[in-house]
Amino acid sequence: MIAPLLAVVRRDLLLALRQRGDVLNVLLFFVVVVTMVPLGVGPELPILRMIGAGSVWVAALLASIVSLQRVFAQDHLDGSLEQLLLSGQPASVVVIGKVLAHWLVTGAPIALAAIPIAVLFDLDTDAAATLVAALVLGTPALSLIGAVGAALTLGLRGGGVLVTLLVLPLTVPVLIFGSAAVQASAAAMSAGADLLLLGGLSLAAAALAPWAIAAALRISLE
Amino acid sequence: MLEATELECTRGERRLFRDLSLRVDAGQCLYVAGANGAGKTSLLRILAGLLLPQSGAVRWRGRDIARAREEFGSDLAFVGHLNGIKDELTALENVRFAAALRGADASEAAAMGALARMHLADYCDVFARHLSQGQKRRLALTRVCVADPPVLWILDEPYNALDAAAVESLQALLDAHLAAGGMVVLTAHQQVAMPSGAHRLELNPGHGQAAGRGES
Amino acid sequence: MSLFRFAAPPEFYRLAGKAVPAFGVVSGLLAAIGLYLGFFVAPTDAQQGEVYRIMFVHVPAAWMAMFIYLVMAFWAALGFILNTRISAVMANALAPTGALMAFLALWTGALWGRPAWGTYWDWDARMTSTLILLFLYMGFMALHGAIEDVRRADRAAGLLALVGVVNVPIIYFSVQWWNSLHQGSSISLGRAPSIAAPMLAAMLVMLFAFWAYCIAATLTRARAIVLERERDAEWVRASLAISQ
Repeated sequence: MIAPLLAVVRRDLLLALRQRGDVLNVLLFFVVVVTMVPLGVGPELPILRMIGAGSVWVAALLASIVSLQRVFAQDHLDGSLEQLLLSGQPASVVVIGKVLAHWLVTGAPIALAAIPIAVLFDLDTDAAATLVAALVLGTPALSLIGAVGAALTLGLRGGGVLVTLLVLPLTVPVLIFGSAAVQASAAAMSAGADLLLLGGLSLAAAALAPWAIAAALRISLE
Repeated sequence: MLEATELECTRGERRLFRDLSLRVDAGQCLYVAGANGAGKTSLLRILAGLLLPQSGAVRWRGRDIARAREEFGSDLAFVGHLNGIKDELTALENVRFAAALRGADASEAAAMGALARMHLADYCDVFARHLSQGQKRRLALTRVCVADPPVLWILDEPYNALDAAAVESLQALLDAHLAAGGMVVLTAHQQVAMPSGAHRLELNPGHGQAAGRGES
Repeated sequence: MSLFRFAAPPEFYRLAGKAVPAFGVVSGLLAAIGLYLGFFVAPTDAQQGEVYRIMFVHVPAAWMAMFIYLVMAFWAALGFILNTRISAVMANALAPTGALMAFLALWTGALWGRPAWGTYWDWDARMTSTLILLFLYMGFMALHGAIEDVRRADRAAGLLALVGVVNVPIIYFSVQWWNSLHQGSSISLGRAPSIAAPMLAAMLVMLFAFWAYCIAATLTRARAIVLERERDAEWVRASLAISQ
């Protein structure tokens, strides 16, 4: 079971490498959206420090969800998705492979990009470090929950907006705990509880979402 | 060993067929014929487990395929309308991935062997997006050209876009597979000679009934 | 298995047709009693005066919004397990009523908030959760509406409802956490006045009134959906006396 999973991850990473533009665009999207916030709110640093965590998280949410279309849509269009589901491997294994690859090219880079972004919002070192940790712990949940939405809306017109509408309410817990962790850090308090909860959410999502994603894919392929 | 009982299929508002039963045993080939829109592709997708019928069941080795997906999947090679190949991978990479996914021999040698059987060995390092339609179809068909292919082949218009030489190669492959005890279900538009002894199942659109011998 | 008899569309249509007026009447009666109790019998509240009485509409609406989502998810689950057509019809019939209840709860909450503590909306945990619940309802309806094939639409929306129902407790808990982190000691924590017996009686009566209304509304909608989906069937043409 590990070998096919790795094969799927390797294939998707190879494809992402050959379509570098798509991957970089997502990162750029994240940066641009986050930059809009100070432009909209004003450059007073105390205010930015307060809203920094939340702004970064909202931008991370949007960037993750927007990029999820490509997780399944391309495979759906050329018939590869059918082959993945007919391969004799458990569908959840295939799904985990795809979502893992997606996270490696979306969630992980976003977590790293948060370091310079933290500077934009004048977050201190502790808060910035917590932000990166929170993103690393929370973006897997975003990828997993978002993948459910992507699987349900496969091939539908208006897909991007629809997926966002469906997925955003479900990601509220991740947003709340992710922000709370950073704000705790900024207030020189322990972010441990929030980070633990975030990790717990990602683990729970990893346990439950693959089943839902596989079921949604079958529904959408009919 | 592949058995379908009382299948009913409705697409959109049209009922394509009902009470359709069929059976394919080792060494047999089932040729599904019918005009455009008769439901051939839907039937093949139901048999492959990609489409849920309105009613009825498909059984592989006695077990319902919806409950035994993994066993069924490992015994099945499906080539549908879409080729199921990635444009951004080379022909060789596509074949090696398909093998690795199945847990089969994914070595370069094995993959080159499969490509050779479809006369694509010279194109192994070409990105799939640069292949012609016919070549892409042949690449899709390498799924059945591996050293140890699955027992059941479900092929939806495999001869599409193939030139005469490729058609002959595929026919030879089918004959060899059937002789070795494999099973084939296929549809075809063109007037291509079916393997000898193939059973014919005719789907009639509009009547919602299937005629012809679907039983062995 | 006589219950399965009612899973057949014509039987369901008939039975629901009888149930709707019954529940409608019950709902009307209970609402009259409940509103009388709430507006005339229950005492004036020491802190909030008369304004608190909007609670007799707000609280039942909020409860129904939550309850209906659970029922919707139940029907969706049933649809996956039993594969009956009626399950999907029920799930789809429930969604708009649930959304309406959520919307009503939000509106009455805002109307209550302004006179009682000065602001229409103060992001308290319950209201925020209700807002997210409204989004979940709308997502369900949006997904169903975006898919042409009815069967795929039913199953996709049903799966979404199941995913949602698993998430709702987590969302509720996280919103409580979020609120407690940021609001600290705020007046919104003491939202409802201390409950006296007549208030409780009025509340319960209104709750049952809302429940009966929701059943009547849902079954009416379900009948309409059944007619639409089965419009080519003999019994539909006969019962609507459509000429060939």
